[in-house]
Amino acid sequence: MTAPLAAARMRPRDVMRVGAVGLRTRPMRAFLSALGIAIGIAAMIGVVGISSSSGAELDRQLSALGTNLLTVSSGQTILGEEAKMPVDAEAMIERIGPVQAVSAIGEIPQAKVYRSEQIAAAQTGGLTTYAVRLDLPEVLGATLRSGTWLNAATQTYPAVVLGATTAERLGVSAAGPDAQVVIGGERFTVVGILEPVALASDLDTGALVGWPIAEDVLDYDGHPTTLYTRADETRMEAVRSVLAGTANPEASNEVDISRPSDALAAKQATEQAFTGLLLGVGAVALIVGGVGVANTMVISVLERRSEIGLRRSLGATRGQIRTQFLAESLLLSAMGGAGGVCIGAVVTTGYAVYKGWPTIIPAEATAGGLAATLLIGAVAGLYPAIRASRLSPTEALATP
Amino acid sequence: MISLTDVSKSYPGGVTALASVSLEIRRGELVAIVGPSGSGKSTMLNTIGTLDRPSGGTVRIDGYDVSKLSDNQLSALRGTRIGFVFQHFHLAAKVSALDNVADGLLYSGLPLSERRRRARAALDRVGLGHRIDHEPHELSGGERQRVAIARAVAGDPPLVLADEPTGALDSVSGAGVMELLHDLHGSGTTIVIITHDREIAGSLPRQVRMRDGRIVADSAALTGVA
Ligand SMILES: Nc1ncnc2c1ncn2[C@@H]1O[C@H](COP(=O)(O)OP(=O)(O)OP(=O)(O)O)[C@@H](O)[C@H]1O
Ligand SMILES: [Mg+2]
Repeated sequence: MTAPLAAARMRPRDVMRVGAVGLRTRPMRAFLSALGIAIGIAAMIGVVGISSSSGAELDRQLSALGTNLLTVSSGQTILGEEAKMPVDAEAMIERIGPVQAVSAIGEIPQAKVYRSEQIAAAQTGGLTTYAVRLDLPEVLGATLRSGTWLNAATQTYPAVVLGATTAERLGVSAAGPDAQVVIGGERFTVVGILEPVALASDLDTGALVGWPIAEDVLDYDGHPTTLYTRADETRMEAVRSVLAGTANPEASNEVDISRPSDALAAKQATEQAFTGLLLGVGAVALIVGGVGVANTMVISVLERRSEIGLRRSLGATRGQIRTQFLAESLLLSAMGGAGGVCIGAVVTTGYAVYKGWPTIIPAEATAGGLAATLLIGAVAGLYPAIRASRLSPTEALATP
Repeated sequence: MISLTDVSKSYPGGVTALASVSLEIRRGELVAIVGPSGSGKSTMLNTIGTLDRPSGGTVRIDGYDVSKLSDNQLSALRGTRIGFVFQHFHLAAKVSALDNVADGLLYSGLPLSERRRRARAALDRVGLGHRIDHEPHELSGGERQRVAIARAVAGDPPLVLADEPTGALDSVSGAGVMELLHDLHGSGTTIVIITHDREIAGSLPRQVRMRDGRIVADSAALTGVA
């Protein structure tokens, strides 16, 4: 005689509408609790994005500079004195098969660098004079910011090319006949200023003069102190193993060999460890944001008891009440998550553009962040939603 | 329509709100429930409205034995068969009259456009067709109660339960609300009203008087209707 009763299912659109009721009636509170989530997500996206962008920049640099450079430096003797490589070390290395190019510099410790003659001799400023070969920029991939590199003529004159840091310290902004510095008591004209050299950062604090003029006026003994070698990428280990013996057959154990691209990669690895730490901080911020959402939801349920009672009287099932508050919590955190991804992307883009890096916002991080957000929304909303659904309708209606 | 048999309700702490109440209300009746404060009127109405389960006895609404229904089925029963009118309206703030009424059909499975269409018709029926865009704070107390009645009847339930519907209104607005409920009764709806107003109670065809959780007088019993 009586037909079976069954509550109708709510349409997804209606679930969204009902879930948004709390956000519409208390927009400020919704905004603030979504903001908590947004900050956490933004922090994580920003950290991952900036570290990826910096990694991409390093990859770009490495592929531009090449990873086939080996640096050979004279090192120290067992007695702790500066070891000397033979004058013909370059020529000997050139004879190794897979070696494509060699260039050399020689440190001249006694030739101090000053802005002018008036500066006291004690103030060396950490700058070093090097005698350099003409093919150095090609081998190192170094470029000039101002002026020109040394040539066959200028290497015999008192002409100097300054490293990027050196130029800054000495207050030389551009190369030219007026720009002069004092090296080893002699006036040298600045003909060029280098950009920072990624694979040989020592040169940034250097003053680079031609090999012949160094021997003529700066008392240079002609022994190279560092050799830069480009070799066949596939045979780096073989070259490396014979390099020390070739550079200094008499004292091969005194020679230090390094691969500057390894140092850059190692630096990146350290940065990645730091990124992991920052990511952890971001995760903590996200969890704090989740607690904020849970708190908002608990308060929302407490405040809206009479609404819950009314909805029950209108035919809402327990499940539908639960769904309503779960939807509200998910909406809140999804809004926070979306906002956070936007903020994180803007911060990453801004920083990368400022640094001149390629901008990378990893899709996995974005997807992972949003997934984490929804998970947090679900967890934060579950308990308040269940409490709301368990309320007795009469008690809920009795609250004013 | 409504059949209570030996229904009792006691709360933890030893309060007996209903003590073995039996009551029969037939389809199409208009009944007043009166009695002193604390006598169990609201408790009985909530039990009839299936918002509360009794501690003992049997409650049958529209042929369904309430104790045999799940939460889902009870909700469906409330959503399709029963309209509630409360003393304090329970309208949603910052929501238009139209959407407040349309929310009465939210759990019916109807699409929003149809819910709004029926809500508009219900508001016309209570004489508020010109107020559909007003929010509760822009309405008088009497108008708010009429919106609440429109919400209760938007789904054409055969039973309307009203707990002191005029309790928060002045006598003029109260009379308007009672007129509406009379009209509703005229169109065949079964209505149960709790009231403290002797005049209102006297104007209804049947009065049930309660005291200390029992029915102490029932005008239908005197005239032999039940
Ligand atoms: N949730 C509850 N817990 C404990 N006791 C309750 C609860 N609800 C109602 N009571 C008690 O049950 C009794 C009946 O209450 P009820 O609300 O039905 O009275 P009423 O007749 O509607 O009174 P009024 O006219 O004041 O609304 C009262 O003594 C009340 O204190
Ligand atoms: Mg009462």
